[in-house]
Amino acid sequence: MSLYVDIKKDLGDFVLETKFEADGGVTGILGASGCGKSMTLRCIAGILRPDEGRIELDGTVFFDHREKIDLKPQQRHVGLLFQNYALFPNMTVWQNLMTGLKPYEKDKKRAAAAINTVMERFCLDGLAGHKPSQLSGGQQQRVALARIFLSKPRVLLLDEPFSALDDFLKWRLELELASLLEGFEGSTLFVSHSREEIYRVCDRVCVMEKGKSSPVIPVKQLFEAPRSKAAAVLSGCKNFSRARPAGEKKVYAEDWGVVLGYTGEAPEGFSHIGVRSHYIHPVPSGSAAGQENTFCCQVMRVVEDVFSIVVILQPKGVTEETEDTRIRVEMTKESWQESRCREKTKDEMWIHMDARDIMVLGSI
Amino acid sequence: MDWYPLYNSLRIALISSVVVFFSGIFAAYHIAKLHPAVKGVLDVVLTLPLVLPPTVVGYFLLVLLGPRRPLGSWFMDVFQTRLVMTWYSGIFAAAVVAFPLMYRTARGAFESFDETLAFSGQTLGLSNTYIFWRIRMPACRQGILAGGVLAFARALGEYGATSMIAGYTPGKTATISTTVYQLWRTDNDALAFRWVVVNVVISAVVLLIVNLLEKRERGSRRD
Repeated sequence: MSLYVDIKKDLGDFVLETKFEADGGVTGILGASGCGKSMTLRCIAGILRPDEGRIELDGTVFFDHREKIDLKPQQRHVGLLFQNYALFPNMTVWQNLMTGLKPYEKDKKRAAAAINTVMERFCLDGLAGHKPSQLSGGQQQRVALARIFLSKPRVLLLDEPFSALDDFLKWRLELELASLLEGFEGSTLFVSHSREEIYRVCDRVCVMEKGKSSPVIPVKQLFEAPRSKAAAVLSGCKNFSRARPAGEKKVYAEDWGVVLGYTGEAPEGFSHIGVRSHYIHPVPSGSAAGQENTFCCQVMRVVEDVFSIVVILQPKGVTEETEDTRIRVEMTKESWQESRCREKTKDEMWIHMDARDIMVLGSI
Repeated sequence: MDWYPLYNSLRIALISSVVVFFSGIFAAYHIAKLHPAVKGVLDVVLTLPLVLPPTVVGYFLLVLLGPRRPLGSWFMDVFQTRLVMTWYSGIFAAAVVAFPLMYRTARGAFESFDETLAFSGQTLGLSNTYIFWRIRMPACRQGILAGGVLAFARALGEYGATSMIAGYTPGKTATISTTVYQLWRTDNDALAFRWVVVNVVISAVVLLIVNLLEKRERGSRRD
């Protein structure tokens, strides 16, 4: 099971240039809204036509501009779950499911049996006569998925399946979706702007930014060892500084004015370092001076979150103020209280970053 | 009372609104997909009859269909019959004047259609014909029906272009609207009034049907 995509589409102010390969399992496409994720899915499904490139699924060429191949969506057998589910509003649930079978199943008895089976599997009992407008968001999603499964797709494309749902429903539906996906033999592409969703649902991930895609990597690697600043941003990292080499396993963080040690692999020609907010720890000022990866900061703002405290810091000695000179530290309410009781100068804080938590990043 | 004008008006309105109903849907659906520049030009041309005085429309029709004009004389040669000053001449006038109403309402309905429904139909393997008749048309039903009824009402009330292209011959080309004018002109107030009542009743019934249709639509959506 392998889906190969290498396409380019020029829309004037936006150029989609994406290349990746997905084999089996669930592959995520992670990117901010408007980065071309949905457009990529639509090109694969055949609803949008790329300017050039090639799309191939298990030896079947869907699109190739050189060989002048462009299969109709009806010939591709791609299951695309739309953000709004796209249930036909004039039809009942039963009739909607029937449309998934219509192109190949002519026998009415077998069609009815197949529908009954999926209705049970997707927990849709008793909803056969309902119109989509009478269903909840979760039920609509299950009907849409059931309809796609009935059409026997060779590959499944999920376009932000949870974006239309509220937080409370999301969690439950994600578990349901994960178990339903296990019953699917083909590959699945899961598009989302939420790194948490991608982390929980996908095996591998491809990061997209401004129409450009990066190579597919295991999800764990994206979160533990992102290679580029864009990937680190999408994986949730919030503290970045421009950086240049400063000796063996050491970098000079230009925006913070400090030299920091790291333990991981630095990509060739790296440009930035990143540190996650909850990997930065306050340390007592008395024992701090001179320790590695430890420096003093000015407290700029304190924001109380639901379960934690977010402190915005500016390294001491750094005069200019930009987005990158700010360091965001997240800590429990207890450790914030403790550090404040301990220190005499309340508007200063010494922080420590462990060398293994410093991510050295390339620009792309 | 001679009921011929009622009969003639109804058949002209019915035939022309059926023609306009399908051609309007066809035009709306296909023009919506064209290049914006072409769309803009066609849009102006097709909507003009809505804003032009009916007499101007009648003039154009006479220029096009008159017995000594290319189209009219060709028809004369082939079918041995005229296109103007007959009962069916009124159909041309009514159709041209009613067309923009159908075209514009149908286009509005198609434009508000959620295109992802058609896309999802395609990815499910449904044919484009099936998608058009079973998904797009039902979703646009209300707008299309409203357009049809409006076109019928407009065709029924056509006067200006009809009087120019079909004239007024009692028992032959007379319609309700031309009859009312003729009776009024010849001081036959009482009879003119009766036809006015007939016309008002028909129009009211048409509007009542529209309202009932809308109510049923809303009712079926609720349950």
